[in-house]
Amino acid sequence: MSDKPKVAFYWCASCGGCEETVVDLNEDILKVVDAVDIVLWPVALDFKRRDIEAMADGEIAVSFINGAVRLSEQEEWVELLRDKSNLVVAFGSCAHLGGIPGLGNVANRELIFQRKYVAVPTADNPDEVFPSVTVTVDGAETERPYNLELPSFYDTVKTLDQTIDVDYYLPGCPPPSNLVWDAVTAILEGKLPEKGAVLAPNRTLCETCLRNETKPEELTISEFKRVATSTPDPEECFLAQGYICMGPATRSGCGERCINGNMPCRGCFGPPDGVADQGTKILSAVASIIDSTDREEIERIIGAIADPLGTFYRFSLPGSLLGRTRMGG
Amino acid sequence: MSERDFEPRIIGFLCRWCSYPGADLAGTSRIKYPPNLIPIRVMCSGRVDPTFVIKALANGADGVLIAGCHPPTDCHYQSGNIKTMRRYPLLMKMLDQFGIERERVRLEWISASEGPKFAQVVAEMREAIKPLGPLKANGTFANMPFANMPFAEERVSSNER
Repeated sequence: MSDKPKVAFYWCASCGGCEETVVDLNEDILKVVDAVDIVLWPVALDFKRRDIEAMADGEIAVSFINGAVRLSEQEEWVELLRDKSNLVVAFGSCAHLGGIPGLGNVANRELIFQRKYVAVPTADNPDEVFPSVTVTVDGAETERPYNLELPSFYDTVKTLDQTIDVDYYLPGCPPPSNLVWDAVTAILEGKLPEKGAVLAPNRTLCETCLRNETKPEELTISEFKRVATSTPDPEECFLAQGYICMGPATRSGCGERCINGNMPCRGCFGPPDGVADQGTKILSAVASIIDSTDREEIERIIGAIADPLGTFYRFSLPGSLLGRTRMGG
Repeated sequence: MSERDFEPRIIGFLCRWCSYPGADLAGTSRIKYPPNLIPIRVMCSGRVDPTFVIKALANGADGVLIAGCHPPTDCHYQSGNIKTMRRYPLLMKMLDQFGIERERVRLEWISASEGPKFAQVVAEMREAIKPLGPLKANGTFANMPFANMPFAEERVSSNER
């Protein structure tokens, strides 16, 4: 048995993009593999839960866990990894603040199941059968019926740190490879910041944005535009053009990937330190610069923002102050 | 708790130049109004970050009043109240999506001479929020009774195991 530090990668409610960013380390991944033993990586390697269960507590040096927590199975897995790991890093937007799956918090299980298994035009489910935790399978192969147990689906999506104790956060959808590399080297060299730190610069995106120079002295918006229905100028500040850009309320460190693709920031890095709620911060910033002092005109201008909750909390609803929408009073 | 017993807790963010002196005037004039509002003095209604409103609601307030100087010209800082005036409708639109009733969050312009108006606004808010019942956010809506509870039949099956 080698005495290299053991590293685990795990995924919960996520899309697989975070796994991609590990692969995007390219040849640097060989240096990682040289330095560590990967003991769990469901996307690439075949390890089982019993392999992890057989380990001693704290035996894994660091677990990188991506994805939000939506199922009982995910909760069990991350609790197991917490016991077995010295460090846990919440990897990517979903583990950090809930991410895109976290937008499920505008509904609950009943609404999601109704939509998914009954209401969508492609559903053919006249008996309204829904997934349930125990299912009896007729057992054509085993020649007798048997019970199958499935994970339970929660009403509310949780972030990783609402489920287990988390040591560090790597933000982004997905986190850029250079930040992953910096984090891995910091861990290997033992040069880590204080527990609870987000391993990315503590500045807003606007501070590092190349378009900042084009921002006028007094920024105002008289009409909100959408990238779906008009094309932004490739050099001018998005807010100055009337596109909602999350830059003022979002942490920098992403390499301005969206901005360089002529898309306004959507906020995947979450807010900088000290901001309790990314959504209300950007709401405040965007609304304050509406170019009107007339109540009716203001109402008309904000009418163009069809979905403020989904726009301002696109990646951070479960990790926000309210966490989810209120249902059933 | 029956509707009759429920007394809403309302947080009032009152600007230092107009609305707080307005509330003071209601007191010194001995105007009677319900004691449901907890005043917090801020320098300007423009200082009331929407985060404050959400935080108050998340942490046990049943309603929030934002009160400042009359627009367009009364603001001590010239445009603080104008910024509040722009943020409020967008905040309300978002609160609709969160499932928070409009009656719970109110914006009013109350000058230093409008003690009776302050008393009336507090009384109206109490009347409007009482039938809605407590918000019960308990820190976050994720702590509400239904959140993350396995459904009844699942609790049974896990007990049987």
